[in-house]
Amino acid sequence: MHSVVLTKGVPDFREGQVAFDEDGHLERGNTPTVMNPNDKHALRTALQTKVRHGGTLSVMSMGPPGYGDVLREAMETVYADDLYLLSDRELAASDTWATAITLATGLQKMENQPDLVFAGFKTADGETGHTGPQACWCLDWPIITHVVALDVDEDEGTVRAKRLVEGDIEEIETVEAPTPAFIVADPEFEPTYRKAAHRLTLKDLRAETKERAENHEEHLTTWDHADLNLDPDYIGLDGSPTIVSSVDPIPKAPAEREATVVDPDDGEGMGEVFEAMEPFADGRSEAAGD
Amino acid sequence: MTGGLIYAEESAPYTIDGIFPGFREHATERPVTDYYIHNIAGEQVRTFDITEGHERDTEWADAVLRRKMDSWMAEQVHEITREAGGGLLTEVKVNGLLREDGEIIGVTCEELDPIKADFVVAADGVNSELAREAGLMDWEEPEEWFQGVKAVVDMPGDAINERFGITDEEGEAHLFSGDLYDGVRGGGFLYTNQDSLCIGNVFHLDSIVEEEAEVQDLLDALLTHPVLAQWLGEEYDEREYSAKLVPDSKKAANPSPHQGRLALVGDAGGQMQAQGPIIKGMNHAVTAGALAAEAFVEARSRGEPDSAGERYERRLHDEGVMDKLRPTRYEVASALSENDTATRLAERALDSSVGRLGVRMADRAGLLETAYSSPYLATMMPDTKTPYVTLPTIIGEAVTACPVSAEDFGGGCYRDETVQSNGDEKRVVSLDTQPCVECGTCAIVADTQWEHPSGGKGVEFREG
Repeated sequence: MHSVVLTKGVPDFREGQVAFDEDGHLERGNTPTVMNPNDKHALRTALQTKVRHGGTLSVMSMGPPGYGDVLREAMETVYADDLYLLSDRELAASDTWATAITLATGLQKMENQPDLVFAGFKTADGETGHTGPQACWCLDWPIITHVVALDVDEDEGTVRAKRLVEGDIEEIETVEAPTPAFIVADPEFEPTYRKAAHRLTLKDLRAETKERAENHEEHLTTWDHADLNLDPDYIGLDGSPTIVSSVDPIPKAPAEREATVVDPDDGEGMGEVFEAMEPFADGRSEAAGD
Repeated sequence: MTGGLIYAEESAPYTIDGIFPGFREHATERPVTDYYIHNIAGEQVRTFDITEGHERDTEWADAVLRRKMDSWMAEQVHEITREAGGGLLTEVKVNGLLREDGEIIGVTCEELDPIKADFVVAADGVNSELAREAGLMDWEEPEEWFQGVKAVVDMPGDAINERFGITDEEGEAHLFSGDLYDGVRGGGFLYTNQDSLCIGNVFHLDSIVEEEAEVQDLLDALLTHPVLAQWLGEEYDEREYSAKLVPDSKKAANPSPHQGRLALVGDAGGQMQAQGPIIKGMNHAVTAGALAAEAFVEARSRGEPDSAGERYERRLHDEGVMDKLRPTRYEVASALSENDTATRLAERALDSSVGRLGVRMADRAGLLETAYSSPYLATMMPDTKTPYVTLPTIIGEAVTACPVSAEDFGGGCYRDETVQSNGDEKRVVSLDTQPCVECGTCAIVADTQWEHPSGGKGVEFREG
């Protein structure tokens, strides 16, 4: 059993981390890169599979050489055995389509062919959710999205999943697919470890990975477009049919209410407050009935 | 948490360093090389050296902080058991016994599927829910319990050496008794760690209830007493405050601590010996645990795995453990025979007659009703995840005996409050389990349905 998790480094959009220029455009150089937060669902799903079924687990990403920290974080989160980085100037400015072709080629090149590939639930920067399914389309594998529970039958070579229909928590269906298959975990996915043996395995993996993550570069394989035998016309900017014409910042919502600060010791000011509140005091019972 | 000294007795079949080599080096603080008891009467203090009594049958005795000790032990245990295919799991709450046709066949857990086992050793401490579910222990009589509270006080190692006149390899134990506790029966202790002191009190629980004593005030009475100023100076930093129940094994130890495949060891079975003012618990728990293991190995090798409990009980008696825990007569006099005053003192602490628990508040039913109907309480009512105490049925006792609650004190579990509404004044007791130190006192003195929180959710002592 071999699983691969696809992950991506994205700008850290948290308050105080992200930097914009005067035109409201993202300053990539001044904004730290972190693992796409939504990839955590994929990582958790993959980890549960590894704990329950054993086998090996790899993490793959496409990005600049500086992705080391993102991969290291992924390794620590999922207790991965090894890391793959698809990195090359020719790959820069890829859209989801070019990225999908590159990732699919990387997956095919792996010596240990994956049984399951886990992709994140859209990225925090592009928000498309396309890359995983497109990579799967390139490989012509089945894909199960919005997965909230997962079980693998290794003997039968099948995977059975519970998924949200139309992403709606109210409606859940159970589906089965032959492996190899793509899995996209929903944020609702909660890994469960209800067996003592699973918890002990987790503990073993944690100890083992701690050591490995410290020297994660020793477990990193980097491939460029030549290694992947990819034609530069079909990857990177040249291979990207998507054209981003412009990016508009979302204007701040205007404040609709006015606020006045009144000192509680200011008798006159407080008098105005009570006066202003008076009409609402009469209508209290009506308001409560709403 | 613990007081805490751990002993290795010469007469015991097992000692902790015998089972875990390197224990003293990695898991303990300082040895107790000098032992004193101070009898306090007003401003007068009489001090007696009881080192000789302490050394009787003692191979060694070290001060410990449980966080450090347990962390080291957990690693050792996990490593050793992992080799045999097992392991140590934390953050799991074992919440009951797994039964089949009425027989115990394992345990149920909140976070895990039920676990079947040939032998279940409940070493889950003084508040063992397994022991209570099996009917082997109860939380009924305050007379059977002590309550210990402790402050870990910061003090650099050099300062300890200088103020106590000892070296790095030496340590001291001090006990305090007398009139600094306003008639509450019990005493105080001070033990030296590597770079801190453990200072605390152990009182008879029924006495705390009877005297309506605020246990924090009693700890303050000790900490601020002039006798401690010689070591603490004018200012000191408290690192941690903690509390636990201490079973009085003379009354509480179950002489037959097993049922079916379940066996109790340590505090879970009430195996805490108050030998006069000296309290020994962990050493007996170590021995009991090893004897339980021995019993199971023998039972299984004879093809009678279900006889493990019986064999364990026989060993506890044959090896003299039960006689130490439940002596036919209290042997304090022999332990401290060198000094008559000390003997009388210890006897007084042990043998004073004990009054029945009185109901303090005549209008408690009305008070409870008010408490239950308070909107504040409605939001604080326990669910299964975090809070885990129901409102006490006898509120007055819980408020005073609870080590984190007090009347007119804002920080505790139970707060006795006066609420004004529409010109009316009502007294209510509010419940906030956030500061709970999980000692279990309220379960005994006020009949709350106390239970442990979910795995990983409870109080976490940094010192222990």
